[in-house]
Amino acid sequence: MHLARVIGDVVASRKDENLNGLKLMIIQPLTPERQPAGRTLIAVDSVGAGVGEEVFFVRGREASFPFFPVEAPVDAGIVGIVDHWTLG
Amino acid sequence: MQMARVIGTVVSTQKNEKFEGAKLLLVQPVDPDDKPRGNALLAVDGVGAGVHERVLVVLEGRAAGEALGRKGAPVDAAIVGIIDQVEFDGRL
Repeated sequence: MHLARVIGDVVASRKDENLNGLKLMIIQPLTPERQPAGRTLIAVDSVGAGVGEEVFFVRGREASFPFFPVEAPVDAGIVGIVDHWTLG
Repeated sequence: MQMARVIGTVVSTQKNEKFEGAKLLLVQPVDPDDKPRGNALLAVDGVGAGVHERVLVVLEGRAAGEALGRKGAPVDAAIVGIIDQVEFDGRL
Protein backbone atom coordinates (compact mmCIF):
# COMPACT_ATOMS: atom_id res chain seq x y z
CA MET A 1 0.00 0.00 0.00
CA HIS A 2 1.06 3.61 -0.42
CA LEU A 3 0.42 6.91 1.28
CA ALA A 4 -1.43 9.56 -0.71
CA ARG A 5 -3.43 12.73 -0.42
CA VAL A 6 -6.86 13.04 -2.04
CA ILE A 7 -6.69 16.09 -4.30
CA GLY A 8 -9.90 15.82 -6.30
CA ASP A 9 -12.59 13.63 -7.76
CA VAL A 10 -13.81 12.56 -11.16
CA VAL A 11 -17.34 12.07 -12.46
CA ALA A 12 -18.01 9.81 -15.43
CA SER A 13 -21.58 9.15 -16.52
CA ARG A 14 -20.85 6.67 -19.27
CA LYS A 15 -18.72 3.86 -17.91
CA ASP A 16 -18.38 0.15 -17.28
CA GLU A 17 -21.50 -0.97 -15.43
CA ASN A 18 -19.39 -2.48 -12.64
CA LEU A 19 -18.17 1.03 -11.88
CA ASN A 20 -21.69 2.26 -11.16
CA GLY A 21 -21.95 3.88 -7.75
CA LEU A 22 -18.21 3.91 -7.13
CA LYS A 23 -16.49 7.11 -6.09
CA LEU A 24 -13.47 8.00 -8.21
CA MET A 25 -10.88 10.16 -6.51
CA ILE A 26 -7.74 11.84 -7.83
CA ILE A 27 -4.88 11.07 -5.47
CA GLN A 28 -1.28 12.21 -5.21
CA PRO A 29 1.05 9.55 -3.79
CA LEU A 30 3.21 10.90 -0.96
CA THR A 31 6.57 10.15 0.59
CA PRO A 32 6.63 9.73 4.39
CA GLU A 33 7.87 13.37 4.42
CA ARG A 34 4.65 14.42 2.64
CA GLN A 35 6.38 15.23 -0.64
CA PRO A 36 4.73 14.20 -3.93
CA ALA A 37 5.94 10.76 -5.05
CA GLY A 38 5.29 10.30 -8.75
CA ARG A 39 2.23 10.94 -10.86
CA THR A 40 -1.29 11.47 -9.66
CA LEU A 41 -3.78 8.70 -10.37
CA ILE A 42 -7.44 7.82 -10.07
CA ALA A 43 -8.38 5.49 -7.25
CA VAL A 44 -11.77 4.12 -6.34
CA ASP A 45 -12.86 4.91 -2.79
CA SER A 46 -14.48 2.43 -0.41
CA VAL A 47 -13.92 4.15 2.93
CA GLY A 48 -15.53 7.57 2.51
CA ALA A 49 -12.37 9.60 1.92
CA GLY A 50 -12.70 13.29 1.07
CA VAL A 51 -10.59 15.86 -0.72
CA GLY A 52 -7.63 16.97 1.40
CA GLU A 53 -7.45 13.79 3.46
CA GLU A 54 -4.40 11.58 3.77
CA VAL A 55 -5.16 7.99 2.86
CA PHE A 56 -3.52 4.74 1.95
CA PHE A 57 -4.32 2.89 -1.23
CA VAL A 58 -3.73 -0.52 -2.72
CA ARG A 59 -2.66 -1.23 -6.29
CA GLY A 60 -3.65 -4.11 -8.52
CA ARG A 61 -6.67 -6.35 -8.68
CA GLU A 62 -6.91 -6.30 -4.89
CA ALA A 63 -8.33 -2.79 -5.33
CA SER A 64 -11.60 -4.42 -6.40
CA PHE A 65 -11.89 -6.67 -3.31
CA PRO A 66 -13.91 -4.20 -1.21
CA PHE A 67 -16.67 -4.42 -3.84
CA PHE A 68 -16.88 -8.21 -3.91
CA PRO A 69 -18.82 -9.93 -5.45
CA VAL A 70 -18.92 -7.13 -8.02
CA GLU A 71 -15.77 -7.41 -10.12
CA ALA A 72 -15.03 -3.73 -10.59
CA PRO A 73 -12.46 -2.96 -13.31
CA VAL A 74 -10.14 -0.91 -11.11
CA ASP A 75 -6.39 -0.91 -10.54
CA ALA A 76 -6.09 1.35 -7.49
CA GLY A 77 -8.31 1.73 -4.46
CA ILE A 78 -8.33 3.81 -1.29
CA VAL A 79 -8.66 1.33 1.59
CA GLY A 80 -8.00 3.49 4.64
CA ILE A 81 -7.95 7.05 5.91
CA VAL A 82 -4.74 7.80 7.80
CA ASP A 83 -5.06 9.40 11.24
CA HIS A 84 -1.33 9.92 11.50
CA TRP A 85 2.01 8.24 10.98
CA THR A 86 5.20 8.29 12.99
CA LEU A 87 8.70 7.91 11.64
CA GLY A 88 11.08 6.01 13.89
CA MET B 1 10.33 -10.67 -1.97
CA GLN B 2 12.29 -7.58 -1.25
CA MET B 3 14.41 -6.37 1.59
CA ALA B 4 13.19 -3.29 3.39
CA ARG B 5 13.85 -1.30 6.52
CA VAL B 6 10.92 -0.51 8.82
CA ILE B 7 10.89 3.28 9.19
CA GLY B 8 7.60 4.08 10.88
CA THR B 9 4.13 3.18 12.03
CA VAL B 10 0.75 4.22 10.62
CA VAL B 11 -2.51 4.69 12.50
CA SER B 12 -5.80 4.50 10.65
CA THR B 13 -9.22 4.29 12.28
CA GLN B 14 -11.46 4.43 9.23
CA LYS B 15 -10.35 1.61 6.97
CA ASN B 16 -11.48 -1.49 5.16
CA GLU B 17 -12.79 -4.06 7.67
CA LYS B 18 -10.19 -6.62 6.60
CA PHE B 19 -7.52 -4.41 8.15
CA GLU B 20 -9.07 -4.56 11.64
CA GLY B 21 -6.40 -5.49 14.14
CA ALA B 22 -3.62 -5.53 11.54
CA LYS B 23 -0.42 -3.59 12.17
CA LEU B 24 0.53 -1.19 9.38
CA LEU B 25 4.18 -0.28 9.02
CA LEU B 26 6.01 2.12 6.74
CA VAL B 27 8.88 0.33 5.05
CA GLN B 28 11.67 1.64 2.85
CA PRO B 29 12.95 -0.88 0.29
CA VAL B 30 16.73 -1.26 0.50
CA ASP B 31 19.53 -2.80 -1.54
CA PRO B 32 21.49 -5.73 -0.16
CA ASP B 33 24.01 -3.13 1.07
CA ASP B 34 21.18 -1.32 2.91
CA LYS B 35 20.92 1.71 0.59
CA PRO B 36 17.35 3.05 0.16
CA ARG B 37 15.81 2.22 -3.21
CA GLY B 38 12.58 3.69 -4.50
CA ASN B 39 9.66 5.01 -2.52
CA ALA B 40 8.61 3.97 0.96
CA LEU B 41 5.36 2.02 1.17
CA LEU B 42 2.93 0.55 3.68
CA ALA B 43 2.96 -3.12 4.52
CA VAL B 44 0.84 -5.16 6.90
CA ASP B 45 2.97 -6.89 9.50
CA GLY B 46 2.57 -10.64 9.78
CA VAL B 47 5.56 -11.38 12.01
CA GLY B 48 5.77 -8.77 14.78
CA ALA B 49 8.41 -6.51 13.18
CA GLY B 50 9.45 -3.25 14.78
CA VAL B 51 10.84 0.10 13.68
CA HIS B 52 14.50 0.00 12.48
CA GLU B 53 14.40 -3.74 11.75
CA ARG B 54 15.33 -5.09 8.34
CA VAL B 55 12.55 -7.26 6.98
CA LEU B 56 11.37 -9.38 4.06
CA VAL B 57 8.43 -7.89 2.21
CA VAL B 58 6.18 -9.55 -0.38
CA LEU B 59 4.87 -7.06 -2.95
CA GLU B 60 2.02 -9.03 -4.43
CA GLY B 61 -1.61 -9.16 -3.46
CA ARG B 62 -2.23 -12.85 -3.07
CA ALA B 63 0.90 -13.47 -1.02
CA ALA B 64 0.21 -10.44 1.14
CA GLY B 65 -3.36 -11.60 1.78
CA GLU B 66 -2.09 -14.99 2.85
CA ALA B 67 0.44 -13.40 5.21
CA LEU B 68 -2.40 -11.46 6.77
CA GLY B 69 -4.41 -14.68 7.01
CA ARG B 70 -7.58 -13.14 5.58
CA LYS B 71 -9.11 -14.04 2.29
CA GLY B 72 -10.22 -11.15 0.11
CA ALA B 73 -8.21 -8.51 1.94
CA PRO B 74 -7.35 -5.52 -0.28
CA VAL B 75 -3.62 -5.63 0.46
CA ASP B 76 -0.61 -5.60 -1.84
CA ALA B 77 2.33 -5.71 0.57
CA ALA B 78 3.12 -7.65 3.73
CA ILE B 79 6.10 -8.23 5.99
CA VAL B 80 6.74 -11.96 6.09
CA GLY B 81 10.10 -12.16 7.90
CA ILE B 82 12.63 -10.32 10.02
CA ILE B 83 16.14 -10.50 8.61
CA ASP B 84 18.84 -11.69 11.00
CA GLN B 85 21.78 -11.41 8.68
CA VAL B 86 22.68 -10.79 5.05
CA GLU B 87 25.78 -12.07 3.34
CA PHE B 88 26.38 -10.15 0.14
CA ASP B 89 29.40 -9.63 -2.09
CA GLY B 90 31.41 -11.85 0.25
CA ARG B 91 30.61 -9.66 3.25
CA LEU B 92 28.22 -10.04 6.15
